[in-house]
Amino acid sequence: MSRQDYEAVIGLEVHAELATKTKIFCNCSTKFGGAPNTQVCPVCMGMPGALPVLNEKVVEYAVKAGLATNCTISQDSKNDRKNYFYPDTPRAYQISQFDKPLCEHGYIEIDTENGKKKIRILRIHIEDDAGKLNHDDFSGDSLVDLNRAGVPLIEIVSEPDIASPEEADSYLKKLKSILEYIEVSDCKMEEGSYRADVNVSVHKKGEKLGTRTECKNMSSFRSISREIEYEIERQIDLLEAGERVKQQTLRWDDVSGKTFSTRDKENADDYRYFPEPDLVAIKLSDEYIENIKQNLPELPESRRERYFNEYNMTEKEVGIITASKYLSDLFESASNICGNRKAVSNWIISDISRILNEKEMEPSAIPFTAEHLAHMVQIIDKGTISSSIGKKVLEEMFENPREPEEIVKEKGWAQISDEGEIRKVVSKILEENPQSIADFKAGKDRALGFLVGQAMKATKGKANPQMLNKLFVEEMNK
Amino acid sequence: MNITDLTVHELQEKLENNELKITDITKAYVDRIAEKEPQVEAFLTTLTDEAIEQAEDLQSKKEKGELEGNLAGIPIGIKDNICTKGVKTTCGSKILENFVSPYDATVMEKINTENLINLGKLNMDEFAMGSSTENSAFKITKNPWDLSKVPGGSSGGSAAAVAANMVPWALGSDTGGSIRQPASLCGVVGLKPTYGLVSRYGLVAYASSLDQIGPITKDVTDCAMLLNVIAGHDEKDSTSVNVFEKDYVKALTGNIKGLKIGVPKEFFGDGINEEVKESLEKTIEKYKELGVEIEEFSLDIANYALASYYVIADAEASSNLGRFDGIRYTYRSPNATSLEDIFKKSRSEGFGAEVKRRIILGTYVLSSGYYDAYYKKAQKVRTLIMNEFNKGFEKYDVILTPTSPTTAFGIGEKTKNPLEMYLSDICTVSVNVAGLPGISIPVGVDSNGLPIGMQLIGKKFDEETILNTAFAMEREIKFREKFRPEFK
Repeated sequence: MSRQDYEAVIGLEVHAELATKTKIFCNCSTKFGGAPNTQVCPVCMGMPGALPVLNEKVVEYAVKAGLATNCTISQDSKNDRKNYFYPDTPRAYQISQFDKPLCEHGYIEIDTENGKKKIRILRIHIEDDAGKLNHDDFSGDSLVDLNRAGVPLIEIVSEPDIASPEEADSYLKKLKSILEYIEVSDCKMEEGSYRADVNVSVHKKGEKLGTRTECKNMSSFRSISREIEYEIERQIDLLEAGERVKQQTLRWDDVSGKTFSTRDKENADDYRYFPEPDLVAIKLSDEYIENIKQNLPELPESRRERYFNEYNMTEKEVGIITASKYLSDLFESASNICGNRKAVSNWIISDISRILNEKEMEPSAIPFTAEHLAHMVQIIDKGTISSSIGKKVLEEMFENPREPEEIVKEKGWAQISDEGEIRKVVSKILEENPQSIADFKAGKDRALGFLVGQAMKATKGKANPQMLNKLFVEEMNK
Repeated sequence: MNITDLTVHELQEKLENNELKITDITKAYVDRIAEKEPQVEAFLTTLTDEAIEQAEDLQSKKEKGELEGNLAGIPIGIKDNICTKGVKTTCGSKILENFVSPYDATVMEKINTENLINLGKLNMDEFAMGSSTENSAFKITKNPWDLSKVPGGSSGGSAAAVAANMVPWALGSDTGGSIRQPASLCGVVGLKPTYGLVSRYGLVAYASSLDQIGPITKDVTDCAMLLNVIAGHDEKDSTSVNVFEKDYVKALTGNIKGLKIGVPKEFFGDGINEEVKESLEKTIEKYKELGVEIEEFSLDIANYALASYYVIADAEASSNLGRFDGIRYTYRSPNATSLEDIFKKSRSEGFGAEVKRRIILGTYVLSSGYYDAYYKKAQKVRTLIMNEFNKGFEKYDVILTPTSPTTAFGIGEKTKNPLEMYLSDICTVSVNVAGLPGISIPVGVDSNGLPIGMQLIGKKFDEETILNTAFAMEREIKFREKFRPEFK
């Protein structure tokens, strides 16, 4: 048998923290990064006698997510308790949803090598996040921080439609971009606000599904792809060797690029779900759902259409810009301010994307504003700076964001457009390069480019390139 | 005049007329506690010094005309499963032996707003699980009518303290009869309000869908007064219901002519003590004399109430009590060496036998593979019980039953047989299962001089009718004038 005889099935359970200001069952702040146990109250600390009250915004955001992923919204939903012991779970149960999730039977479309593919969504439900354990290496103690306990989550469960690491990657990115577009989650992976449990199984074509393994709480696209790829290989190897795949929870190690089995929590599979008696049923009217539907922000799909049809942008431009709501918003606002859509698009797909990659930065972490970008394009258009100086200004805007004109002034990067001054430079360069003059006169156009390059070098990129061109030609034709 | 003999409405009158000072009342109760507590052992925490200080403060405010609220300065006792800021709330359990709540329950906020004076926290069966208060980890409370008998439970401390005049009134909680049954056994008045009438915020949960806080008082008027204080919608409790606010005292007209009372024959069958039956029959005759129409009817679904109650209550309890895990405010076993150990040993050492029994039972009925056969089925039975009661209330305004199948039983008499103990709640559980209001008032004593209680069950949120029906009978029987506990 060969690898081609196998198919993989990948299931993803994505947990996205909702961007509500307060927690799901109390009024504590959901802000990330506070000092331990400063954003807590009796409710989210699970004090005896404290009771949860469902935050309406959480329902609204989950319904938004459901509508944006083509789900059916349940009008009669409820919360259930999921019971287990762990120090980060102060009530010893999570309040989740078991048999009546808010949203069901949706799908999103992803791009694959063979065109578009629908990935079905089984369900989206709401639940509360757990706290965090901080292991103090110095004392050997584990300390419980409950700031995150009660931060609202939606869990989005895919149907077994994903067949490769590439599809998983594109599903996760698409889903993330949808959630960002509808503004229900900021999906900051580095803060754990967008993470996935990854299930992988393989089976021979035409046979029934294989046994799956699970890797929990993964929050890097790259690690997820690598983990899936590794698991597919490992499972096929096992089967080829006549062994069986064990159903288990695994841990992915990024350094070795391997999965390891974890010690399973005792009886972890019987959570004794039952309806949460402290909360009442969630009943949603047609009007409520319709109202959310009407007010849903523009989705990435529709922006793509608009960019293609109205702006005549290329596939590459549209792909890069619409993948992130942040980039797309940046593009639209900056274009509106400076009026040069093409230039803004070029900056985003080339230099901005490159810098984000180098810095391993999320677009949402871009420190400068759309105004800054627009003003940079404007001063290039005006001739105050050249686009090569523009690159330097952009780098500086990433480091220490401020008005580009200010940067140019401070750094003395303004373009030299004074004819007398430029003529001096031109004369000097010509003196030093008699061969180029001869080449130019012999009809070699490359010589002009070389001379302009030399002049740019001499002026540290500040000379106006159009004027250089003009004056070189003038001087040589004298 | 013996101050601690007076009801709250009598005290209130004397405060208004300046016949008594706030400090007189508190001091009288502090003295009474000093005298009777060694015999009765109703308190887990006494706040006598704090109470006197508060009384002096309130009295001086009153003299300056700065005091508001017509109950200001009246003492009260609180069952120890209601969170009181800065004061221990143990739930009668070793696992919460040193737990001091950082916040007040909603009912405590209301009580503090009224300037009531908290005399202390009252004993109870551990986590309100029990019918005799013998499941307290700390002490056995005695019945003031006969110190060799139990006060009932789980609010046995509250009922005994009221009966012994150590507090003028108290708050209890009732999940399957825990207010009404001890009220019955101690010869006082106890009301379990409609589920959702009183906020549960700050009541340490036993069974969330059944628990209600309610008053234990010397008479029906006091009961209505205390209900006025604690009832009302609370946005911190999603299951509390937003109903129009009422003055329950105004409902006490004593006029019940033309009222229809149904008497379910299943509540007068085997297992109900003959003297209890006789006493109830006499009471029924008195109601007829007051112009009430009484009819016997069948409520046979009630036979399944106890079974469904124990499945639902224990299931919820097994989850509610999970938070007592040895990690934060609870007892932590000194023998624990690993995380799993902390959970297992702290809980094994911190919980008593009855609590562990119910956690195990509740865990079992929620386990996958058993859920449908037990929990789901019990919920279906619950719906049927609600429907049957609703049918009854199409014909009757009030349903009348005994509160407890027997009068107070001996300490240690039923502790060996949990099932026998569970039967103590046979008359009261269906009221919780159906979410209805129920009141118990004393209607007589048995041949040993032990109080017998009558339970009146009302329609949802119709506390007014059962209070008034009870009030009419209280005036007729004059129990407090005829009988009093003798601490023998």
